[in-house]
Amino acid sequence: MKKMNIEDKLFLNRFQADTHSHLKIKDSGKCIDCERRPCTYICPAAVYAWDEKEQRIDTAYEGCLECGTCKYGCAHDNIDWRNPRGGFGVMYKNG
Amino acid sequence: MSDKFDVIVVGAGPSGLSTAYLLAKAGLDVIIIERGDHPGTKNVMGGVLYRQPTEELLPKFWEHAPIERPIVEQRMWLMDEESVVTLGYRSKGYGKEPYNNFTVLRAKFDRWFAEQVVDAGALLITETVVEDFLYDGSRIVGVKTGRSEGEIRANVVILAEGVNSLLTQKCGLQKDGIDSSQLAVAVKEIVALPKEKIEDRFNLEEGEGATIELVGQNTMGMMGTGFIYTNKDSLSVGCGVLVSQLVEKEGLNPNELLEHMKSHPALKKLLEGGETQEYLAHMIPEGGYRAIPKLYRDNVLVVGDAAMLCNGIHREGSNLAMTSGKFAAETIVAAHEKGDYSAGMLSEYQRKLENSFVLKDLKKYQNVGLVMEKNRQFFEFYPHALNKALEEFLTIDSVPKKEKQKKIWEDITSHRSKYELIKDLYRGWRMMG
Repeated sequence: MKKMNIEDKLFLNRFQADTHSHLKIKDSGKCIDCERRPCTYICPAAVYAWDEKEQRIDTAYEGCLECGTCKYGCAHDNIDWRNPRGGFGVMYKNG
Repeated sequence: MSDKFDVIVVGAGPSGLSTAYLLAKAGLDVIIIERGDHPGTKNVMGGVLYRQPTEELLPKFWEHAPIERPIVEQRMWLMDEESVVTLGYRSKGYGKEPYNNFTVLRAKFDRWFAEQVVDAGALLITETVVEDFLYDGSRIVGVKTGRSEGEIRANVVILAEGVNSLLTQKCGLQKDGIDSSQLAVAVKEIVALPKEKIEDRFNLEEGEGATIELVGQNTMGMMGTGFIYTNKDSLSVGCGVLVSQLVEKEGLNPNELLEHMKSHPALKKLLEGGETQEYLAHMIPEGGYRAIPKLYRDNVLVVGDAAMLCNGIHREGSNLAMTSGKFAAETIVAAHEKGDYSAGMLSEYQRKLENSFVLKDLKKYQNVGLVMEKNRQFFEFYPHALNKALEEFLTIDSVPKKEKQKKIWEDITSHRSKYELIKDLYRGWRMMG
């Protein structure tokens, strides 16, 4: 099988994206000093990316697979993780 | 809709559905609140479903339920870079009634299970998120949902919300922010393949299934496993590692880890021609006995993954979830008869768990997580050493066997001293005690 990147894989999933994010960075100042920024690599859906120019984490919540890993992997407990509103988010066909 | 129920169940997975099913059958007024558009669309597991605990609720369920394949062979692969040591157990008996376990796809199975629960008399509402509790003083008397005027009252709230146990943490039963060494993150792909190809490649009769667990090089030295399970016309291919150890592997993404596993030469022919249909992620509660939260308080019980009831060593989870659901239901029926939903009354749930395989097994393995986490040689060095030893022994090159044995031993002891080997043996023995 050919290697696939996350973007191509997320394209296969069924999503109903809400208009606003269910994931919030509590204090963006903490991310500036965060040493590893684990959220940028531990997330299976690569939701988080460091924006060098704006000096903040960008959150592509639309592709969130709702596993919760970021909430527990963030060393600063800096992610306010909520379930997407009812009827929104990922909708697995197989599960 | 009446806004007062006997019981509110938060979450329509195996634990919540089991609880609700038995309570509805016992004549209690039950509401299940599910955040997905259907039960199952937010739910992920490997996924092996065990026959015995499922059948206790749903006799001969395999005749009606959307199961994928009964598993007749369970294999273990110990991985090195380019080689693999394989072992396994296959039994014809597992391919016949009453079966041992099945592969399932949760979006399909949970939806079917929920239909049985609704038929038994429970009310199911979907696309609804429970956001908080309703309190009367410090007593929980119901839940607040994300819907307008979405307050629902009940005598008991069952938290079956899964591993990301936001409500269990909110009401203080679980500590706020579970330790990342007690959680694994797992990713999985559904890889479509024609039935005949699956049966040929996995050496199966028509309709039969197999599972492979992969340990070693595939998790790049982290504590975790990989898996390949056969579905009807697809494979579930995935891997999971401890969140805390992934954090330390700076820059490594779970998808890269999965692609790394899939690129192993031993997997190539199994997956060849397969087409990825879906990409899923979920956490697994791996903390074992020591990570179990407080399981009850006045008017509240916690079941399944939210209660961290998962046996990673034996990749059991759905059976612990369903059994905990059964015990929760039995406890609530007794509480209902007495009209007493206090913590004292509900503590019977914990006693039932303690007297069953659920907590007996988790207690037995309570040190495994800690030891494995600190001793990565079990995931890195030993699978590698076993591969090297077999390579040495099976490569025929006119070297006398005694010399080969000597070389293997020297190889091993150059990496781990005799003292460390003895300690590891002792650790292994203690862990499995």
